[in-house]
Amino acid sequence: MSGDKLKVVGFSEMKVDGRGLVTGKAKYTADWVENDMLHMKILGSPHAHARIKGIDTTRAWNLPGVVEIFTHENVPRIPHTTAGQGYPEPSPYDSFIVDRKVRFVGDRVAMVVAESETIAKEALGLIEVDYELLPAVLDLEEAMKEGAPVIHDEEEAHVIIPVPYDPSRNLVARVDMEIGDMEEGFSRADVIVEDSYYAHYAQHCPVEPHISLAIPDPDGRILIVTSTQVPFHVRRITAQALGIPVKRIRVIKPRIGGGFGTKQEILLEPAVALAALKIGRPVICELTRKEEFISSRTRHPIKTVLRTGCTREGEITAVDMHCLSNTGAYGSHGLTVVCNCGSKVLPLYKCDNVKFLGEAVYTNLPVPGAYRGYGATQAAFAMECNMNEMARKIGMDPLEFRKKNHIGIGDTSPIFEALGEGGEGVPQSVESCGLDQCIDRGAHEIGWKEKWGGNDGDKKIKRGIGEACLMQGSSIPKIDMGAASIKMNDDGSFNLLIGATDIGTGSDTILAQIAAEELGCRTEDMIVYSSDTDMTPFDVGAYASSTTYLTGTAVRKTAAEVKKQIIKVGAEMLGVSEEEVMVEDRAIISSETGESVSFKDVALRSLYMCDQHQIMATASHITEKSPPPFAAHFVEVEVDTETGEVKCLKYVTGTDCGQAINPQLAEGQTEGALLNGLSYALTEEYIFNDKGQMLNPNFKNYRIYRTTDLPEIVSFLVTTHEPTGPYGAKSVSEIGINGALPAISNAIYDAVGVRLTKPPFTAEKVLQALDNKNKF
Amino acid sequence: MKLNVRINGKDKSFRVGPEEVLLDVLRREGYTGVKRGCRKGDCGACAVLIDNELFNSCVLPAMSVAGKDVITIEGIGTPNALHVLQRTFLEEGAVQCGFCTPGMILAVKALLDRNEDPNETEIKEALDGNLCRCTGYVKIIKAVKKAARSMREVGE
Ligand code: FES
Ligand code: FES
Repeated sequence: MSGDKLKVVGFSEMKVDGRGLVTGKAKYTADWVENDMLHMKILGSPHAHARIKGIDTTRAWNLPGVVEIFTHENVPRIPHTTAGQGYPEPSPYDSFIVDRKVRFVGDRVAMVVAESETIAKEALGLIEVDYELLPAVLDLEEAMKEGAPVIHDEEEAHVIIPVPYDPSRNLVARVDMEIGDMEEGFSRADVIVEDSYYAHYAQHCPVEPHISLAIPDPDGRILIVTSTQVPFHVRRITAQALGIPVKRIRVIKPRIGGGFGTKQEILLEPAVALAALKIGRPVICELTRKEEFISSRTRHPIKTVLRTGCTREGEITAVDMHCLSNTGAYGSHGLTVVCNCGSKVLPLYKCDNVKFLGEAVYTNLPVPGAYRGYGATQAAFAMECNMNEMARKIGMDPLEFRKKNHIGIGDTSPIFEALGEGGEGVPQSVESCGLDQCIDRGAHEIGWKEKWGGNDGDKKIKRGIGEACLMQGSSIPKIDMGAASIKMNDDGSFNLLIGATDIGTGSDTILAQIAAEELGCRTEDMIVYSSDTDMTPFDVGAYASSTTYLTGTAVRKTAAEVKKQIIKVGAEMLGVSEEEVMVEDRAIISSETGESVSFKDVALRSLYMCDQHQIMATASHITEKSPPPFAAHFVEVEVDTETGEVKCLKYVTGTDCGQAINPQLAEGQTEGALLNGLSYALTEEYIFNDKGQMLNPNFKNYRIYRTTDLPEIVSFLVTTHEPTGPYGAKSVSEIGINGALPAISNAIYDAVGVRLTKPPFTAEKVLQALDNKNKF
Repeated sequence: MKLNVRINGKDKSFRVGPEEVLLDVLRREGYTGVKRGCRKGDCGACAVLIDNELFNSCVLPAMSVAGKDVITIEGIGTPNALHVLQRTFLEEGAVQCGFCTPGMILAVKALLDRNEDPNETEIKEALDGNLCRCTGYVKIIKAVKKAARSMREVGE
């Protein structure tokens, strides 16, 4: 294949589902119209920690239009995890569809099903709950102390894989690793930098909130149409939570209005399925924006204590990272996110002496889960600030310092093997790396040489430049599986059936491109149907930066097999051997005579005329590696020394995602991620009162970036070739969100000489830091 | 109550409840391109044009549009006959999940109807009420500029 020119891959083809999206015709879950549909609303707890002594639903039942009310008294109590992960799940089984205890403000108390949403909502207000208040713990370090309130005191809470889990101490997960000799490493260091960094709560804010619809059928099966990133995990975990066989459930993912990780969670599906099965009518539940903030999922707030040392020559001698993760009231993704703090950040720089400790603890706060970046965001913040500090201390340009130390082609890192997602990882060496090009071009775009370290003298408004280098992974090796089926039709078109989940990312499109490239046809010849557990092969779903790399390879394998079958028929028709033909632009051509038969000819012959059979194949893929994409981010800020206000003027990202299958979609992933990162660094913030209640659960007071906040953005891709990826591709979707926290912190330092470690970097915090600096 | 209104150029008459907001009525009547993102007037997913002006239909009493001209995304173009704006959004990669897109396109339409050659600041200001979490807005703004150009050229 090498040397051949790509014809479909590498081109910015239009999204295969695009026409529906721009005309409002595409169907999202809310657009699925069912006659006779009932609505579910959920009663959330007003208390952070309480036991339910009694629930009186009499008044609610008396409201005309109320059809069913569910509480812990009439719902099967089956422990499961809401984390949409593969089996056996690395997250603890600590959740119930609804429980007799509430563990955070917004936790589920009851579900009402009614003829209309308005009635259901009104009924919630008529439910009387008698709570026994329990002391709540809202601080992660408090939660770890001896004698702290125990959040999961129920005996059912347990883990199903052999990892440390001790709910009696609120400990959800603990993972550690050490290579080399730390003492020796630090003793060789000329400079040691130590600081604590506090990545904060944030919500994904998909514009479409969580929504799920369950439709019972007369045969006792149930169809769940749901806004999810993980249809197959939804099927498995819903079956488990309800105590029914998987075969009774079919899950369809229609178009999805964004996910970013929050929809890698099985939240509403068991509830609506339970209701629909019991009542025998379709039941829908859609979260309000407030519920989305309070009771869906968030980013894990993580405190990272990072101690690093280097020599005057710029050799990194020791890295000691301790990540303490607040996993809120339930342990969804608790272990794996904190593992990723180490595994997706530490391998970036070569160092012989590295120690990592990750711990996740319960608190009575909202529940974090998967969020784009998945631990790397939190820990890269610490790492990239320390890298900047170390470089400054030894008088080396921070970019030179990184270039000297970052991992590159042919390098391996013991971390890859020592630390994976949930336990040990797999050994791998880097086979593609374009980080230097990302750094060089990015530095040029931002004007690093001219501007970095500049002095604005006494000016009230000072400018600064900041930087960050990043890596992520591409799928979870040896664990995640993706599969595809391709079937040929009469006219030479193909059905591409994939379990993979397009949540707006464009995976339907890039997978069609990969199939078309391999088959020798065009993207428009592929009819893509994805994410229907009855009809498509399995796929773990949209997470862990896996679809392009993992499912992409499955698709390529499937297409190669189908192509073989096409060649067989084509060669027969041409009267030559299979070795004597080539495939090009929907035709099989005899290399000898140049004679050709079209795909359509082949299809008609194989379906109707001779040795009739269906040309079709299915293939699966698991990966042995998780090749890191790389990126360099640069930012220029303006800091007003009187008001403390930080303004981002320009943001530059260079990303090495291998060969972009569709450059425009890859850029789009990068741009969306970086803006989300920027918004997280500068404005997004959960504000809690001392009762653990979030005070700003709406877009007015939880500010996500809008068009008028937009700085100048330059995003470019550096093409490399990852030999283990489909057509050289690696992942792209997550990495871009990790840069803004450290890059802005570094830029603020460059501008005014103070180090901010507690984002969001609001005017108030900058001013405070400047005040403190002036005091000394 | 009875609501008489013109939607996408056609006279319509619906029965609506006194408390109902326009968003719910439109969706119930099949205009499901109008999206529901926050129901608080904060995200723009439900935006429609009323007498050529942009409004968030989730906070608008349905009866308030009696006798008016409402345009939803369904009135802009169809899959077989895309409007320049829709085509350009696709060409420029300005659509990811597409959930913000209907509101976004109507906001752009409102802008270009009153200003056929907006500069970048004007574009940003006009789209400020339409949240998009997927694209980072970069390609959306590019698409608006390009669409404006082609619309000026053909005088659409
Ligand atoms: S749904 Fe109307 S503004 Fe968000
Ligand atoms: S494309 Fe998803 S919100 Fe804009």
